[in-house]
Amino acid sequence: MASKIATNAAEALDGLLFDGMTIMSGGFGLCGIPENLIAALREHGVKDLTVISNNAGVDGFGLGVLLETGQIRKMIASYVGENKLFEQLYLSGRLELEFNPQGTLAERIRAGGAGVAAFYTRTGVGTPVAEGKEVRDFDGELYVMERGLTADLALVKAHTADAAGNLVYRKTARNFNPMMATAGRKTVAEVEVLVETGALDHDHIHTPGIYVDRLFKGVSFEKRIEQLTTRKRENA
Amino acid sequence: MAWTRDQMAARAARELKDGFYVNLGIGIPTLVANHIPAGMDVTLQSENGMLGMGPFPFEGEADPDLINAGKQTITELSASSYFSSADSFAMIRGGHIALSILGGLQVGQNGDLANWMVPGKMVKGMGGAMDLVAGVGRVVVAMDHVEKTGAPKFLPACSLPLTGRGVVDLLITDLAVFDVNRGKSPVRLLELAPDVTLDEVRAKTSAAFEAG
Repeated sequence: MASKIATNAAEALDGLLFDGMTIMSGGFGLCGIPENLIAALREHGVKDLTVISNNAGVDGFGLGVLLETGQIRKMIASYVGENKLFEQLYLSGRLELEFNPQGTLAERIRAGGAGVAAFYTRTGVGTPVAEGKEVRDFDGELYVMERGLTADLALVKAHTADAAGNLVYRKTARNFNPMMATAGRKTVAEVEVLVETGALDHDHIHTPGIYVDRLFKGVSFEKRIEQLTTRKRENA
Repeated sequence: MAWTRDQMAARAARELKDGFYVNLGIGIPTLVANHIPAGMDVTLQSENGMLGMGPFPFEGEADPDLINAGKQTITELSASSYFSSADSFAMIRGGHIALSILGGLQVGQNGDLANWMVPGKMVKGMGGAMDLVAGVGRVVVAMDHVEKTGAPKFLPACSLPLTGRGVVDLLITDLAVFDVNRGKSPVRLLELAPDVTLDEVRAKTSAAFEAG
C-alpha cells in the first residue's frame, strides 16, 4: 500500500481540489478545526466551494479566511453567529446559506458516510426546517425526512495518527471530525502527533484508517480560543 | 420585585433532581450550574461532545481542546466522557437527557417555542436548540416576561418562526412561573416573583392561563 503520509497540507491536498467542489471541514467553533488545511485551501485558491461545517470560523481565522478571499459560494452550518464578514456576504447575496439543526447536521453526515440515503427525525417538525420535506407519522409522532450528506473531500483534525491512518481525537476537539472522516469521497487528516504504526492502543482508536486517505503532521497549530473563561485560584 | 437573572436561574435549578443528566443553554440557563444544591449529583451535558462539564479552568490552565457549547473554556471532572457530535445528539434525540433549560424569544400557550430567528434580522442559526426540544424529556424555558418594548413574549401562539411545536413544559420569567405542559392542558400560573401581583402578570401576558 502506498504511504498515506504527506509532508505538508499542500502535498496532502495535491490533485484533490477543483472549483465547485463540496468540502466538509471538522470542528466546533474554533475547536478541532483543520487549520493547516484551511490555510492551504486559501493558498491554492480553489473556489465556488460548498462548505459543510458546524460553524464558519471567526473574522480572520478558521473558515473566516476563505470567506475573506471569496472562495466559499455556499455554507451548510448550524450556527454562524461569530463572524461579521459572514453577515455582510450573506446580506449582500454573495454567499448562500443552508441552516441545519446541529444534531440533524451531525446525523446527515453520519448517515452519508454509512451509506444511509435518508432518515426520519422529530427535530424540526413544525418549523421552517421541515418546509418542503416529507413528514411522516410513526407510532403517532411526526418525523421529518432528512437526507444523508457526503462530500468530495473531508478535512479533519485529529490529535494523534499512525501511518495506517488510525486517528485519535482529544477532548471536545473530536466533535464533527469522526463523522466527516467517513463521509468524504477523499479524506485528509491533519494531526499534532504522528506515531509509528502499532504505537496506538488498538482498542482506543476513534477513526479506523480505512476512512483516511492522506495525513500529515501540521507545522504549527495556533488553536485559537474563542471565549477564554477562567476562575481565580482561592488563596490557600 | 421581579426576579433577577440569577434568581431566575436559582428557580430553574429547583427543577433539577439527583442523578439527572442535564443540558443547559446559553444565557440565564448557564447560570443554573451555580445553583445546583450541595450533595445533589447532576451531570451536565455539553452538546459539542462532553458529559460531566466541570467549572472554568484556573487562570493559565485553559485548554483550547476543551470548550463548552458556548465556546467557553471549561474543565473535566473525574467522571467526564467525550464523544462525537453524532453521539451527543443521539443522546439528546434518543431521550437520554432528563432536562433541558433554554432561553426563549417567545412561548405559546400551546407549548410552542421560538428562540432562533427574527425575520429581517441576521439569523445566526438554531445550533442544537431544535434537537434539544425535540428529544429531551422535560423542557424548561427561562426568559424575560416582556420585550424591551414592553410587548408580551408569552402569547396565545408564537409569531416568530418556531424552534419546536408543543415542546415547553415549564416557563420561568422574571415575574412568574407557568406550567405550560406542552399545550396538552390549560396553562397554570404556579408562582409569582416577590411583590409581583397577579394583575401585573395578567397585564403583561397575552397567553391565557389559570391562576391559583
